[in-house]
Amino acid sequence: MSELPGDLQYTSDHEWLRREDDGNVTIGITDHAQSALGDLVYVELPEVGQEVESGGDMAVVESVKAASDVYAPISGTVVAVNEGLADDPEAINNEPYGDGWIVRLQPGDAEGDLLSPDAYQSLLDELDD
Amino acid sequence: MDSYLDKLIFEKSRQGRRAFAQAPEAPAELDIPDAFLRSDRPGLPEASELQVVRHFTRLSQKNFSIDTQFYPLGSCTMKYNPRVCNSLALLPGFAGRHPLGPASHGQGFLSCMYELQEMLKAVTGMQGVSLTPMAGAQGELTGVAMIQAYHEARGDLDRNEILVPDAAHGTNPATATMCGCVVRELPTGPDGDIEMEALKAAVGPKTAGIMLTNPSTLGVFERDIVEVDKIVRDAGGLLYYDGANLNAILGKVRPGDMGFDVIHMNLHKTFSTPHGGGGPGSGAVGVGERLLPFMPVPVVSKQEVDGDVFYDWLTEADLPQTIGRLSGFMGNAGVLLRAYVYMRLVGRDGMRRIAEYATLNANYLQARLRDAGFELAYPGRRASHEFIITLRHEANELHLTAMDLAKALLDYNFHAPTTYFPLLVPECLLIEPTETESKETLDNFVNAMIDIARRAREDGETFKEAPYNTPVRRLDDVKAARQLDVRFEP
Repeated sequence: MSELPGDLQYTSDHEWLRREDDGNVTIGITDHAQSALGDLVYVELPEVGQEVESGGDMAVVESVKAASDVYAPISGTVVAVNEGLADDPEAINNEPYGDGWIVRLQPGDAEGDLLSPDAYQSLLDELDD
Repeated sequence: MDSYLDKLIFEKSRQGRRAFAQAPEAPAELDIPDAFLRSDRPGLPEASELQVVRHFTRLSQKNFSIDTQFYPLGSCTMKYNPRVCNSLALLPGFAGRHPLGPASHGQGFLSCMYELQEMLKAVTGMQGVSLTPMAGAQGELTGVAMIQAYHEARGDLDRNEILVPDAAHGTNPATATMCGCVVRELPTGPDGDIEMEALKAAVGPKTAGIMLTNPSTLGVFERDIVEVDKIVRDAGGLLYYDGANLNAILGKVRPGDMGFDVIHMNLHKTFSTPHGGGGPGSGAVGVGERLLPFMPVPVVSKQEVDGDVFYDWLTEADLPQTIGRLSGFMGNAGVLLRAYVYMRLVGRDGMRRIAEYATLNANYLQARLRDAGFELAYPGRRASHEFIITLRHEANELHLTAMDLAKALLDYNFHAPTTYFPLLVPECLLIEPTETESKETLDNFVNAMIDIARRAREDGETFKEAPYNTPVRRLDDVKAARQLDVRFEP
């Protein structure tokens, strides 16, 4: 499996977060997650302006195998969603850390347990045993 | 292949072509007002009898079915459905009975339904049975609706949370959501049992109930069921039994004795109606004492007046707290009759043998596949009627995924097991042989599995293009999901 981007944070639910220069946080699912789900066929996105709680449902990704909730790893307000996923959900398969981003949040005050790239890599290694 | 033969029946249609010998006799006089008579021809294909026979015979030959192939589709109980169930359900007295006819004109049918209710009560240990739900999903909806009605009748209005293990069939959380409840997911431990600490933390004054499948979709029996019962009951919740895996426990353990308040049974599946094509089903529900007043109507009752037995419908007048009606009449009568015939056919001892052979076949298959080098998802557990193998190592090392192996099996003339369910296990196959398969069939299946794995390991085959020998090859799942188009317009 390819190396994890070092500038991101991760969650045990196989999501990633990028802290942008403007203070907002971009969120997507990891390469491991997209690979386990298989070809994505549909993504349900939240409304811009919606408030999300840390650990609450935020979006849904549906593949040929399964539908899965995307949880908000932190609390906050949705400032942007990746509209392009409506026509091109496979962007998540092709570029999970790039064009396949899902939601951008303006962070609130609550944060769940976030993992460093090394800690997330150890989690993936454990799953492979 | 002759392309004409592969055309749709609509494409073969020629105006005026008929099958005279099969045409229904026209009634002498039509008692239908002119305003309701159609003026245009129905959009049906017109073909000769021979064309129709060839067309549908060829279609049936293209199909994988329990009549032609081993069908170990986990969680679906694809067992053989005895022909006699079908032929008796089609007796003219049953098939010709009008659903609006008075009870006095349907005493034979009603007595069968009454006895079916009684047999289902006996085999599940429940206090009452309603046969009206038309399918498993409707049975689930009924079950949760009754749980809600129970809490509501007690003025316990805050209970809107339904607990569902993460291994559950997707219909469970879907049902709870459709009923307006909030789903709380319970994690599964490494051995396949529910994590007790998580359950204790999840229950409370908002708990309406828990939905459980036992044995679970992981193919193992929930060993802590007595403890689960106690925790949920102490918190004021009710227990719902998803009867999807009832085949495994028939005549052995009864959900009523495990403490469940409500159960839905997929009669088409456990009690012998050909299923899997989306055709008519039955999701009969059984209830314990607390939910008796809320059963959906109609229910069949037996009355004795001056030594004469009379079977009648119980309606809203008899069950004023009923959640209501779920179908126009009383469910799918044909499926209910098949279940009745099947249960009479196998009897009490037969029920026990169904569970024993279903479990024996699953454990035999599990042991043989384990010995052949396949990894069991729950190696420490005895299988119930089904079990899971994981191909995570084959997928990583040989690029042979669960889907590739499933497709390769089709070329060996076996229907694939269930793939990628439950979601907890990566690259999994859920395998349910059922009680009706012989040892020879199971051995041939094992040999096919071994051969596919050998070809992958020794010859580097990945089976990415499999199947090769079926009428249609590997389908484009993504296109099918995103551009669904199933309508034919001539």
